[in-house]
Amino acid sequence: MANSSMNGKTDTPRRDVDVAVRMEGVDKWYGTFQALKDITLTVAGGERIVICGPSGSGKSTLIRCINQLEVIQKGRITVDGIELSGRKNIDAIRHEVGMVFQQFNLFPHMTVLQNCMLAPMKVRRASRAEAEATARRYLERVHIPEQAEKYPAQLSGGQQQRVAIARALCMNPKVMLFDEPTSALDPEMVKEVLDTMIDLANEGMTMLVVTHEMNFARSVADRVIFMDRGEIVEMAPPEEFFNNPTHERTRAFLGQIS
Amino acid sequence: MIRPFGWNEFELILFAVRWTIVLAVMAFVGGGIGGLIVALLRTSDSRVLRVATIAFIRVFQGTPLLMQLFLAYFGMTILGFSVNPLVAAMVALTAHASAYLGEIWRGCIEAVPSGQSEAATALGLRYFNRMRCVVLPQAARIAVPPTVGFLVQLLKETSLASIIGFVELTRQAQIIDSVTFRPFLVFSIVAAIYFAMCWPLSLAARRLERKFAQATAR
Repeated sequence: MANSSMNGKTDTPRRDVDVAVRMEGVDKWYGTFQALKDITLTVAGGERIVICGPSGSGKSTLIRCINQLEVIQKGRITVDGIELSGRKNIDAIRHEVGMVFQQFNLFPHMTVLQNCMLAPMKVRRASRAEAEATARRYLERVHIPEQAEKYPAQLSGGQQQRVAIARALCMNPKVMLFDEPTSALDPEMVKEVLDTMIDLANEGMTMLVVTHEMNFARSVADRVIFMDRGEIVEMAPPEEFFNNPTHERTRAFLGQIS
Repeated sequence: MIRPFGWNEFELILFAVRWTIVLAVMAFVGGGIGGLIVALLRTSDSRVLRVATIAFIRVFQGTPLLMQLFLAYFGMTILGFSVNPLVAAMVALTAHASAYLGEIWRGCIEAVPSGQSEAATALGLRYFNRMRCVVLPQAARIAVPPTVGFLVQLLKETSLASIIGFVELTRQAQIIDSVTFRPFLVFSIVAAIYFAMCWPLSLAARRLERKFAQATAR
């Protein structure tokens, strides 16, 4: 992919390779309610973006558009240089984008190991042995290799969410989307999940994280985005975002949550 | 000309039960396949398919099975096929079972949380694998008790096929009654035979219901 882009125009070849996600003028409606208004966002490869904002502000919708769990009505989205349109491209993008949900969404009728092996075998056509090796490697990385044979219901919330992260990583994604990954967890389990995410960030994963964990944003994010009523109100590196927000709405929000 | 009701007559009735079972099994298998298709179309993203399936379900749930049997039977003659009560009964019972099972299973598919399907989609699984590996196995667990319940109903409803002249349990009983004139005895026996088949199924349905209620309790 890197090579092919060198053949094109020479003005910005490097940039396109380095862009993991690009959203241009994206609008999204639910009926007559506009959930996203003219969203433009460029995420560089390896960049960590934290998105915060009040509920109903469109932050979850924004990341759900990136792998087309939600269909947009206007604008353009490209992931890793692939435009999000047409069945083939959408499939290709879903292979490259991992997602972690607030409610974990593990498959309850499969063991932890089977959860992790399903997509590599069905989508990547990996052999059983290959898929199992990959699954065990990632379960090791999220520090729960000993739970591989259990069913999701036998695990704590924190463990389930770490399995969900491992399951997404088994597809070897280039971008990871996190949709409020700690919001459904008991307080004592938040840290183990955040630690796993910090590990992932340190390894250079491109991450878009919707969360209310402002300490995570402060220590991990390259940029923090504040959304309100479907718009990106503020976007800045964390020091600037927290110490010197330019918009009144951002200040009001930060005042409420701290 | 009146024949006494003896062992021979009893055997004739008892052996006719095999046609009742054949009808029920064939309707259940046909209806199972048809019902799965109906349930999948009914939950598909395409509005046209959904509306068409709803129409099919409404028609078959909104008309008596007896009329469906008549229409299948006489419809075949209009279409130029030779009149075959077994085929007509099969067609009507299969369509009938498809509509009911389709609607039962639609509910089961919709009872699987949407997050399951979303997670599978996000992992890159397409519709076929999403359904086969993630949604349907979970829906199947919920579906077992009502499906067995419907099977009981279907088994009893095969008795209506007697009206188009198909000789199963009920029809055979009518024939025996017409030569022995012992209607109360004959139909008591028939009722007992139906009961002997349906009761164990009902028991199984109730046991399964309790089992799955426990399994899904949190």
